[in-house]
Amino acid sequence: MSDQGVERARAAYWRKNLRLLVGLLAVWFGCSFGLGILLVEPLDRIHVGGFPLGFWFAQQGSIYIFIVLILVYARRMDRVDAEYARDAARERADGPPDGTR
Amino acid sequence: MDIRSWTYLIVGLTFAVYIGIAVWSRVRTTAGFYVAGRGVPPLINGMATGADWMSAASFISMAGLISFLGYDGTIYLMGWTGGYVLLALLLAPYLRKYGRFTVPEFVGDRYYSQAARVVAVFCAIFISFTYVAGQMRGVGIVFSRFLDVHIDTGVYLGMTLVFVYAVLGGMRGITYTQVAQYVVLIVAYLIPAVAISLKMTGNPIPQLGFGSTISEGAHAGVYLLQAIDEIHRELGLPEYTGTFVAGKKSMVDILAITLALMVGTAGLPHVLIRFYTVPTARAARWSALWALFFIGLLYTTAPAVATFARVNMIQTLHGVEYADAPAWFKNWETTGLIEFHDRDGDGVMRYSGDPEQNELRVDRDIIVLANPEIARLPAWVVALVAAGALAAALSTAAGLLLVISASVSHDLFKSIFTPDMSEGQELTLARVSAGAAVLVAGYFGVNPPDYVAAVVAFAFGLAAASFFPVLVLGVFSKRVTKEGAISGMLAGIGFTAAYILWFKMLGLGDASDWWFGISPEGIGSIGMLINFAVTLTVSRFTPPPPPEVQRMVEEIRLPSEPHREVAGDVRGDAPA
Repeated sequence: MSDQGVERARAAYWRKNLRLLVGLLAVWFGCSFGLGILLVEPLDRIHVGGFPLGFWFAQQGSIYIFIVLILVYARRMDRVDAEYARDAARERADGPPDGTR
Repeated sequence: MDIRSWTYLIVGLTFAVYIGIAVWSRVRTTAGFYVAGRGVPPLINGMATGADWMSAASFISMAGLISFLGYDGTIYLMGWTGGYVLLALLLAPYLRKYGRFTVPEFVGDRYYSQAARVVAVFCAIFISFTYVAGQMRGVGIVFSRFLDVHIDTGVYLGMTLVFVYAVLGGMRGITYTQVAQYVVLIVAYLIPAVAISLKMTGNPIPQLGFGSTISEGAHAGVYLLQAIDEIHRELGLPEYTGTFVAGKKSMVDILAITLALMVGTAGLPHVLIRFYTVPTARAARWSALWALFFIGLLYTTAPAVATFARVNMIQTLHGVEYADAPAWFKNWETTGLIEFHDRDGDGVMRYSGDPEQNELRVDRDIIVLANPEIARLPAWVVALVAAGALAAALSTAAGLLLVISASVSHDLFKSIFTPDMSEGQELTLARVSAGAAVLVAGYFGVNPPDYVAAVVAFAFGLAAASFFPVLVLGVFSKRVTKEGAISGMLAGIGFTAAYILWFKMLGLGDASDWWFGISPEGIGSIGMLINFAVTLTVSRFTPPPPPEVQRMVEEIRLPSEPHREVAGDVRGDAPA
């Protein structure tokens, strides 16, 4: 059961990673290409301080969001890594005593 | 002290620091030479990546470019930062987990093919030389402007310095020099930016001053961006913040160029290789975060500097009698970067969107270089900007030279021509090829090819259309085959190269002939899509990769465990 268990832990790790990636890349696309380019004209009608909002996203906001996206990814993956290490260690420990792995 | 003495002092000091670091960090192993022994902490690597990435173009030219482009400058701001998200999420941790030394090496192992590796080597060398020529030229130009030496002398000085720390210290020397260079360049960039923001808007933070009101002069109390739009309208120019109007780029082109630059950034070998130098895949993720943070400091400041400088320049020059022009104008006039042609003979300088009436020609590079003088900052700040520009150019040049050196000694000689080399011999060869690369780069710096501007678009297009899809698919698909990858790379490069050659080098068409309105600068994004499509389609009809390659991909996806080199499993040469 240990081999299958480790296999399962690996598959779960990769699934969590992919789910996180898809979500973060959607935000990446949305803030840069979406708010900064595709929707820039309607957003420019809204002003925040001296900034037309679309222009702000294009030249400032998107860069801040990029940094936050990597921060979120690095933090979440630290947790996902730790979960995997725990699961994999447990599966290995549960394995047959002859240690076939 | 005058500007010249300050410049000698500050540039001399920084150079002494770089040499000191080189001596302290010299290496004796190939792992030290290629990947700094994989012991670089994430924060340090982030700083080094910032200096590695931000070139003479980022430091000297970008704010000026944005200042002329207005909203369209977005392509550089988002294009050259958004790529780091792709890098952090899709490439950096996996390339680090793979281990080994170079990017072409990963391509060769993952696609179980020397042919794929050779294609990747030539892309890496071509991209790096394209880039490095511009850096060496930048070093020469900065020397000539600030220290009144000939451009060629400046190039030789830069070559000598890079030669010392790249050949002696390899990646380790380059890494720690880049850290020092990052500090110099960011300080040199921020001091004038803060001063000019404070002067124009009363807000010391340029990122906020950018959205504040002007504190004095004709437009006092008006928001800066509103004022610049008004000024542009009066002069008959398209509004600064205006989007997709006549005289600006189309939406499709902005989308395509931004995507090509982002994906190109994520595929540039000298950036990718920096993530081989950290200890683990986890460290690679954090390192990408630090890199973008340090790059973002400059990149969020640049558009603010662009706006301040534009307003300031037009206000201090437009409608002013030439006889009353400020001192900095006269200083920079001698360099030919700023020119006044009195068309109507009234002695008054006029700036206009109509080329028939415009009397001022302003080079984009002047925006950053003359900024301290325009803002009347002390001489030492001007000298610091010179040191910052040199740091930006030298750090990027060194990173690129290392890629060339590793490609030649490791990917060509060690793997193909002379696999029996000992480590000592390989290290010597790596040093020799780094030295040779410096000489070739210096040659291009002294004799710049006319088409440098055109080939920069080429470098990004090529990185986007060749490396990026093959690397991403190599990690995220186990089914992609050697045949798929090679035909995908060739199709992507072939298409992109043909399009750029057609429009930029052969001049066989103008903007009205562009496909879907996409300029040669943006065509790499289409080349990338073609690469993806061809790779996936061909892979479907060719036999799947051998099981050991599929196992390697599975291993790469897992978190780092100490003492296990992934690539070793495939080649069977790792410790059991």
